[in-house]
Amino acid sequence: MNHTNHTNRKTRALTAGLLLGALAFLGGCATPAPYDYTAFQKAKPATLLVLPPLNESPEVKATPGVWAHSTRPLAEAGYYVLPVALVDETFKQNGIQTAAQAHEISPNKLRDVFGADAAVYIKVTRYGTSFKIVDSETRVDVEARIVDLRSGDLLWSGRAFATSAEQNQQTPGGLVGLLVAAAVKQIIGTATDASFKFAGVAQARLLSAPRINGVLPGPRSPLYGQPPPTR
Amino acid sequence: MSCSLRWPRTFSVVAPRVGVSGLVSGLASALTLGLSLGLTGCAQAPKPLYSWENFPKQQYETLLGEGADTGAQIQLLEAHAEKARAAREALPPGFRMHLGMLHLSTGNASAARQLWLAEKLAFPESSPYVDTLLKRLEGNMPGATKENPA
Repeated sequence: MNHTNHTNRKTRALTAGLLLGALAFLGGCATPAPYDYTAFQKAKPATLLVLPPLNESPEVKATPGVWAHSTRPLAEAGYYVLPVALVDETFKQNGIQTAAQAHEISPNKLRDVFGADAAVYIKVTRYGTSFKIVDSETRVDVEARIVDLRSGDLLWSGRAFATSAEQNQQTPGGLVGLLVAAAVKQIIGTATDASFKFAGVAQARLLSAPRINGVLPGPRSPLYGQPPPTR
Repeated sequence: MSCSLRWPRTFSVVAPRVGVSGLVSGLASALTLGLSLGLTGCAQAPKPLYSWENFPKQQYETLLGEGADTGAQIQLLEAHAEKARAAREALPPGFRMHLGMLHLSTGNASAARQLWLAEKLAFPESSPYVDTLLKRLEGNMPGATKENPA
């Protein structure tokens, strides 16, 4: 093999690698049809009330786990987020015991009690660690709607998930090694409340700004008023 | 944010395995380049607006009714506030409200009141809710007439 030929192949490999890298990037970030932000931009909410998330998973910690991770992404996006633990107290003192009951309260009533501009309705469709033969997976799936409490209009909706499968690597030791690793991981996953960690990742993906088709930056963000990112 | 956290780790596992020939390592470095270009596009990591520390976890424990006893939770949050003050970082929305609620649950209503008023100063948007809570707090104070407990 002569030197020129080697360099050529190297260049081709370089190009292919670049393309692959670019594809991986696009796959991670690109989404189709742009979101219609007309209502959101007109409403200009500044304060958000995050209602207790509805839980469709069998894990009872899903509601507090996802709820506790809602303040950070929305506050960093530039909103004032009402303190969830106090909101929880206020609901309980008013006889509202479940997330479902809270979601049924009218926008007007919520506005009267909390003084927020918009409410964030979250639903958890998956939350927890499931044991599988060769691996166990911790996964959290969330979806959200932001509704204007003055008009009742839907301002935004979206969904996101986070899973431990994203970061799994090959485990050495053949099938037995895999089984042991899976069992250990499930125990660790449960003991250290891995779901809570992935709830944080899922919520950051769902509610941070700016993101493509994501929540618009709020008044306290340096990006407030800028057009939403399209790429 | 997710991009910058996830990809380098995956890549570090891949790199040594393929570094066999010059050709393959060329591909690997091209991939790195492609990935870092991707990262530059993805990761806009501006300075956070607030100091978070373990605040989400502490909210979680309060919601669960688990974790450290109230006194220890108060100490943790006060240490957090001290650290933020020293670093000239802002406390997140709801932080003072949460700390005030913990104080209230130990019977220290005046600390709660002070912190909630501080929240109003830091975040005027909180005023309607804080006023509702203060009205309720005053209604529940010993010797005060109970009015509008809703």
